[in-house]
Amino acid sequence: MASASEIATNRERADIRNRWLLSTPALLIIFLAGTGPLLVVLIYSFLTPGPYGDVIWKFSTDGWTGVFFQRDIFDDTLSLADAHLQIFLRSVKLSLITTILALIFGFPTAYFIATRPQKTQALWLFLITIPFWTNLLIRTFAVQEVIRNEGMLNTILLNLGLINSPIQIMFTDWAVAIGMIYVYLPLMVLPLYASMEKLDFRLVEAGYDLYATRLKVLRRIIIPLVKPGIVAGSILVFIPSLGAYVTPRVLGGGRNMMFGNLIELQFGQGRNWPLGAALSLTLMVIVMVALLFYVRNVSRDERRHG
Amino acid sequence: MPEKPVRSAIDVRGVRKVFGSGADAVAALDTVSVVINENEFFTLLGPSGCGKTTLLRLIAGFDFPTDGQIMLYGDDIAPLPPYKRPVNTVFQSYALFPHMTVAENIGFGLEMLGKPKAEVTARVDEMLKLVRMENLRNRKTSQISGGQQQRVALARALAPQPKVLLLDEPLSALDYKLRKDMQIELKRLQAATGITFIFVTHDQEEALTMSDRIAVMSNGKILQVGSPWDIYDKPAVRFVADFIGETNFLTARLGKVDGGKATVTLPSGKTLPATVAEGAARSGDVTIVVRPEHAQVKKSGGQLSGTVENIIYFGTDTNIHVKLDEGGSFIVRQQNSRSVDTGHAVGDRVGILIAEDAAQVLKD
Repeated sequence: MASASEIATNRERADIRNRWLLSTPALLIIFLAGTGPLLVVLIYSFLTPGPYGDVIWKFSTDGWTGVFFQRDIFDDTLSLADAHLQIFLRSVKLSLITTILALIFGFPTAYFIATRPQKTQALWLFLITIPFWTNLLIRTFAVQEVIRNEGMLNTILLNLGLINSPIQIMFTDWAVAIGMIYVYLPLMVLPLYASMEKLDFRLVEAGYDLYATRLKVLRRIIIPLVKPGIVAGSILVFIPSLGAYVTPRVLGGGRNMMFGNLIELQFGQGRNWPLGAALSLTLMVIVMVALLFYVRNVSRDERRHG
Repeated sequence: MPEKPVRSAIDVRGVRKVFGSGADAVAALDTVSVVINENEFFTLLGPSGCGKTTLLRLIAGFDFPTDGQIMLYGDDIAPLPPYKRPVNTVFQSYALFPHMTVAENIGFGLEMLGKPKAEVTARVDEMLKLVRMENLRNRKTSQISGGQQQRVALARALAPQPKVLLLDEPLSALDYKLRKDMQIELKRLQAATGITFIFVTHDQEEALTMSDRIAVMSNGKILQVGSPWDIYDKPAVRFVADFIGETNFLTARLGKVDGGKATVTLPSGKTLPATVAEGAARSGDVTIVVRPEHAQVKKSGGQLSGTVENIIYFGTDTNIHVKLDEGGSFIVRQQNSRSVDTGHAVGDRVGILIAEDAAQVLKD
């Protein structure tokens, strides 16, 4: 006859087995949809490019070498791939501008929504999210329609006599930034709103009561308390901006390439899938490291102030 | 001790506050005027929705009056934003800044006033000592108990040395025992700082124990202003008598009125001396109030007679409910002693003897 402790151990074992069995579907999805594709990208980055795209199953580190160096066509010497670095820095710059401007526009918008009566908040949120329901390409072309030389903005300014000739916005970095701000603004507003909605506005009153002016209440009370929203919104805007390729392609023309376009080029005309895969992973690692630093800094900040 | 001349700290003049507009307009305050003296513990007492918090918010500057003036030592502060008023608030929810420590919370007001760092630190230390929280200065506000949060909120509001301190039901979140302690603490702080306190509460007992003067409010109006003794023993209107303590209402016919004194005739035909509220009718049928502890139950005699309906014991006292022969009921409160019971049983025929100075004639 089994002792009580044996029964208990058996039951525990069965418990553990059941738990694993029940989590299998979730684990499968996480692996197949998340980690799996990344593994494929990782493997491809170490293969040899095929002549018409695709890969040949032969190990090579050329993909990774290509990320950082370029091979001279004539003497095979390696020199730093400063074109890649330039494109990367431009992407970072444009993404930062996009994030900061989205924050500047998104913050008052979210504050406005969060301070409306409960009933009307849903309506304002709905209006903010409507563009999400439209195809990205169409939204981007809509922006083009506004900012191109014969577009709405220039026509209005010309008719008002404020300018004599159209302002060239299309195919500049600003066009890309405007497009990305428009496309990603909801991603900034929603997390900001979520943390502002939880904000206890009596704290704002307490601030005013203790001689803090509007600006000081904003700086010392509202911003520190909605910081999680600011962090989340910035991350949600910065990451897709860094990898964006539709918007830079349509609004920036071919001239102003961003990192996303560079990657796309390798999988398309470039026919160098391993280089494209290596570039993708490089971008991912840089973003992850940057995020780790950012989040750690913010939380340390919080600990110090809190 | 020579009497100090009484100066008014806050003078509320004909203040009206209407929320909403058109058909939705609600008058939260209906032409309120009241003078609050310097160094006074003044309480706004009333049920929820009576306008007491609205009045407090107008003084604090979170809302602005539709009409009227709010004078602080002679200057109209009604149009000023809250950060330009030398008035601080202790909020019902405390509203402590969760991202700051206890010390940072207390120093916030001084810092915003642009005081030098050394002065802020010194004052924070002083305040921490005043509320006996020295050992918790670097704690986060989420790491301290409700009673401690309460004291931090007090210290934070007192630190900038406001001319007037507003307290919005600050004790309502505390349990009974802690509330009793904080009542004493508040009185001590007021004496120690010499700051005028305006205290909002719906708890009549709290109001009676702590206040120098009380304003009883209902439906956006101030019904009566007076000392706790005035409010309890000389209520002017039915609402005030009813809201504070237990009360017996009787209908009586007013006899001869002489200044504040009168004789009233009860339906039983017996007469009774009474004090008359200012502005009350000078003749005809009136309502009088008698507090339960100002009457005695007798085997016979007295001004009223009836049958004992109920006897309720609660420690210090016993309430005897008597069904009156003329209709209605009357509560008598008598103090208990250890060796003797009330001497009455349910169903007994009894008389009620009302004390000589017990009856007050109401305005309404």
